[in-house]
Amino acid sequence: MNTWANIKTIAKRELGAYFSSPLAYVFIVIFLLLCGFFTFMVGGFFERGEASLTRSFFDWHPWFYLFLVPAVGMRLWAEERRVGTLELLLTMPITTWQAIVGKFLASWLFLGLALVLTFPIVITVNYLGTPDNGVILSGYIGSWLMAGAYLAISCITSAMTRTQVVSFIVSVVVCLFLILAGFPPVVRFLEGWASPWLVDVVTSFSVITHFEGFQKGVLDSRDVLFFLSLIGFSLFSTSVILRGHRAG
Amino acid sequence: MIKVENLTKLFGAKRAVDGISFTVERGEVLGFLGPNGAGKSTTMRIITGFIPPSSGRVSVGGFDMVENPIPGKRLIGYLPENAPAYTDMTVSGFLGFAAEIRGLRGEAKTKAVNRAVEMCFLQSVLHQSVETLSKGYRHRTCFAQSIIHDPEVLVLDEPTDGLDPNQKHEIRSLIRRMGEKKAIIFSTHILEEVDAVCSRAIIIDRGRIVANGTPPELRRRSDWAGAVTLRVNGMVATAVKEKLSQLRTAKKVVAEAQGQRITATVFPRTAGDQDLTREVLEATRSWQVEELHTEEGRLDEVFRSITLPDTVKEETK
Repeated sequence: MNTWANIKTIAKRELGAYFSSPLAYVFIVIFLLLCGFFTFMVGGFFERGEASLTRSFFDWHPWFYLFLVPAVGMRLWAEERRVGTLELLLTMPITTWQAIVGKFLASWLFLGLALVLTFPIVITVNYLGTPDNGVILSGYIGSWLMAGAYLAISCITSAMTRTQVVSFIVSVVVCLFLILAGFPPVVRFLEGWASPWLVDVVTSFSVITHFEGFQKGVLDSRDVLFFLSLIGFSLFSTSVILRGHRAG
Repeated sequence: MIKVENLTKLFGAKRAVDGISFTVERGEVLGFLGPNGAGKSTTMRIITGFIPPSSGRVSVGGFDMVENPIPGKRLIGYLPENAPAYTDMTVSGFLGFAAEIRGLRGEAKTKAVNRAVEMCFLQSVLHQSVETLSKGYRHRTCFAQSIIHDPEVLVLDEPTDGLDPNQKHEIRSLIRRMGEKKAIIFSTHILEEVDAVCSRAIIIDRGRIVANGTPPELRRRSDWAGAVTLRVNGMVATAVKEKLSQLRTAKKVVAEAQGQRITATVFPRTAGDQDLTREVLEATRSWQVEELHTEEGRLDEVFRSITLPDTVKEETK
């Protein structure tokens, strides 16, 4: 029980840190504006004439997250190292894992909150038609898992440096790879010359491939496992990096 | 409470800490002295479990800080160098967090925060964000964090750095008071602090312990220990010097004239020799001595004589 209490304390502090700076509000506003703009103006929500959020809304999420999630995650460890509070945190009677999980959960919850705040779009689509709300819910779950995967990658890059900007750029590049590996134009290009198994391997690394199922309302355990293992692996890498710094 | 055995830490090829051993018991305040880069902070970071040693063992309250660090960490309050604190929190929020992570909840937490705030004089900035605090307040906020759970062991890395003389005085008397019941290690390069606070001092240089003892013991190692300084009227400096140089236990005499008055210092052959004072008294019975006193020795001089040769050697290379 002690473990959980420690994680909660860390997460609470971290969430407080988001909301005590303008970052949280700026992030939420930008995210909601982007969602609104792309869904209705670019995504052709009305023109499609279908009561669904799959293409018009969720399709954009991997791209929004590409820039927004690293912005949320970049300060997690970089800031602690820059200010020196890392020394304070890791000499408290908690394990490194509790700190990592606590910080990750706080940011993930924050991203979840931003996602929940897009509810007017769900209301709109329900008002205009009769969508399958199960599919929408599964889309939200997938979107949140995907955000978690991006965030965990940002954790690694944030632990690697004491400069937030460096952390941001590196994690954008890594996340971009995870998107492009399954981005249709890239896949088509790959199919042109690579053998099918190679294409499969590459696309299986992509968040888009695994997000696809959620968007269609299919909760495939393999997709869930993909995101969870990506998160687990990334957080583990974070702990290795943190230990490496301390060992000098 | 704190037991350090044969501690070594390598950063690449550089030996930051090189075979350090010492213990600190409850009721002791150990001053950690040394030039910059001597390995003070590294040693403290290893003791608090922030970085692992390359070899050697550290235990706090009987708990090994590498194999089983959590119970040891519970006993420790730590003030890192430069006193870091979460800048985005208020002072009370930060202390509340520190209390919670130490397992204090509800009323116990409120009590602990109030106690620490009172001891560190933080009432006036309680609801201010850490970011806006002056250096002195930020320092005390971090100090408050380290004593929030009334720890049995305190590790303080330059606790008076950047404070004004009044604040320094407050913190020193606080350390001295707490030192009666706790085991405290603190590092400093202000030597007067050692006298004011420590029951024992260790001087380290380039990762090694070069002196370990109580402040009077350390002072006795100085050339000044046992030296006699006197002020004489109506004599010639050379005469004073000559006469005093003939004393059996005198090694060297420095005499200086200021108008009619001569100030002379007689250094003993062996540091801390009590006979010198007696001899000087006898020899000067017929003189017009205005003032005479025996030096206890000077810590700064001991510090320099122990740590300087190395630094100089390094530079001439």
